[in-house]
Amino acid sequence: MARMATNRRVAISTVGAWLAGFLIFFPILWMVLTSFKTELEAFAIPPSFLFFHWTTENYATVQERSDYIHHALNSIIIAGGSTLIALLIAIPAAWSMAFSPTKRTKDVLLWMLSTKMMPPVGVLVPIYLIWRDFGLLDSLTGLVIILCLGNLPIVIWMLFTYFKEIPKDILEAARMDGATIGRELIYVLTPMAIPGLASTLLLNLILAWNEAFWTLNLSTLNAAPLTVFIASYSSPEGLFWAKLSAASTLAIAPILVLGWFSQRQLVRGLTFGAVK
Amino acid sequence: MGQITLQDVQKSFGPVHIIKGANLDISDGSFVVFVGPSGCGKTTLLRLIAGLEDVTGGSILIDGKNVVDVPPAKRGLSMVFQSYALYPHMSVRGNIAFGLKMAGLPKAEINRKVEAAAATLNLTPYLDRKPRELSGGQRQRVAIGRAIVREPKAFLFDEPLSNLDAALRVQMRLEVTRLQKQLATTAIYVTHDQVEAMTMADKIVVLNAGRIEQYGTPLELYEKPANLFVAGFIGSPKMNFVNGAAAAKYGAATIGVRPEHLRIARDGEGWPGKIAVAEHLGSDTFLYVDAGALGTLTARHVGELDLSAGDDIVLSPDPSRIHRFDKDGNALRS
Repeated sequence: MARMATNRRVAISTVGAWLAGFLIFFPILWMVLTSFKTELEAFAIPPSFLFFHWTTENYATVQERSDYIHHALNSIIIAGGSTLIALLIAIPAAWSMAFSPTKRTKDVLLWMLSTKMMPPVGVLVPIYLIWRDFGLLDSLTGLVIILCLGNLPIVIWMLFTYFKEIPKDILEAARMDGATIGRELIYVLTPMAIPGLASTLLLNLILAWNEAFWTLNLSTLNAAPLTVFIASYSSPEGLFWAKLSAASTLAIAPILVLGWFSQRQLVRGLTFGAVK
Repeated sequence: MGQITLQDVQKSFGPVHIIKGANLDISDGSFVVFVGPSGCGKTTLLRLIAGLEDVTGGSILIDGKNVVDVPPAKRGLSMVFQSYALYPHMSVRGNIAFGLKMAGLPKAEINRKVEAAAATLNLTPYLDRKPRELSGGQRQRVAIGRAIVREPKAFLFDEPLSNLDAALRVQMRLEVTRLQKQLATTAIYVTHDQVEAMTMADKIVVLNAGRIEQYGTPLELYEKPANLFVAGFIGSPKMNFVNGAAAAKYGAATIGVRPEHLRIARDGEGWPGKIAVAEHLGSDTFLYVDAGALGTLTARHVGELDLSAGDDIVLSPDPSRIHRFDKDGNALRS
């Protein structure tokens, strides 16, 4: 009896979990489906789920009207560049906070995190003016800098938690072995923190790839990444649902594939330190 | 050379004084053990010598040169940690070679030295394994290999055997002692295990609450403990302490008698009592005796003794082996 009750409970939670998963995934699925519809069918009420006239003409139009490759390359440069620079700054920062903390370390960490609590629009005007005066508007450099700064607190926090898990003894052993701080970072700490570094890198890549506020406001064409490419399909001339969906599908495809292949690393990274 | 001298070394963490002025002279090639209860400051003192902590006051001389401002790597010491602290991402070879690599030695020389160290420690078959593929004893050997390969002025051991099981601990104890004698390098060894201290040390430093209570050879500590703390800490089972009239008879506030220096008899002169627990180990018999006003006394007899709980016996101390202490707990010498 008890086993049957357990089985039923397992069945119910399995169905529940699948349902929840489907609900969360549904908008993405709907977007992909819509991208294969004609504009007319995309608006149709009631909407057709699978039985519609499948077409790839939206993709062709999108590529024709706006240069996907140009925007995708910009996205790669901006997301990759800002992530790498953030890591280069965050590794030593997190190292010093994890291994030689002072009385104020916790406050510094909280203060950094608090900058993420402020709505970005609050500093849009000053940042815009600074970027204009330094000639950084619509430049890859400008976007790399702003996204790097924006994500730095999170990167430092994540690395700080990973580094905290590394036994201090090992670093002291390296010090006794004659390693300078730089060599200790390169030969001992970084290789040991590779799982943590990898998940921080992935998460930051995704955050930077999807970042829309600064990329939309600080770029127009030259430096415009995929977020701008998508936004260009919701125009004053009217909404083109099918084309917008096709553009969105193209924009999220690379990061979706990356996420799919690294999901184990991501989950491990996000739960790292929660359970030993 | 590895002569280490501590002159009034002090260490405080904020308002807490961990080391309250340590003076010590460790001669070249000797094996010195720091022993004491947990929290007595023995590990801190070792880390001060290593340079992993900065002193608050005093000086540390290595071969006559004050090193308090010298970084750990430049002091010419190497350390074996309690947790082994091996580099998990490097092979055994990489672990042992790391220090030499940092020193910028040529590759061929590094290889030669690593292989020699591995041969000394029976690690040759494991050179290409990662630490996680080794047993506790092997990991400990790698940690020791990493220390010896640099040919340091002195080895620092921080409770290196406490993570091993009892049998392995005894074996490694012998190996470490033998290796130290073979290399004739100064060694400072921290432990809370007084048996380890007694068996390995040329000289023992007994620490208590940040103070050096006594510094001497194992037998000096056993035979002439400077005070009640050392008397109680060194020796197993613990020394019996008796106060009051029985002590006053010997002109002391407290007298101490080691369990092995109590004569056990059925009757006669001495301290009468009733056996509470009798432990028969074959080689030894330990008796825990309820001696009325004197409290519980422990007596040790070498060999088997036909006595059991409940028996009435008389314990008489060997008069030449009585330790006398004044009311402050310091030893009285006649």
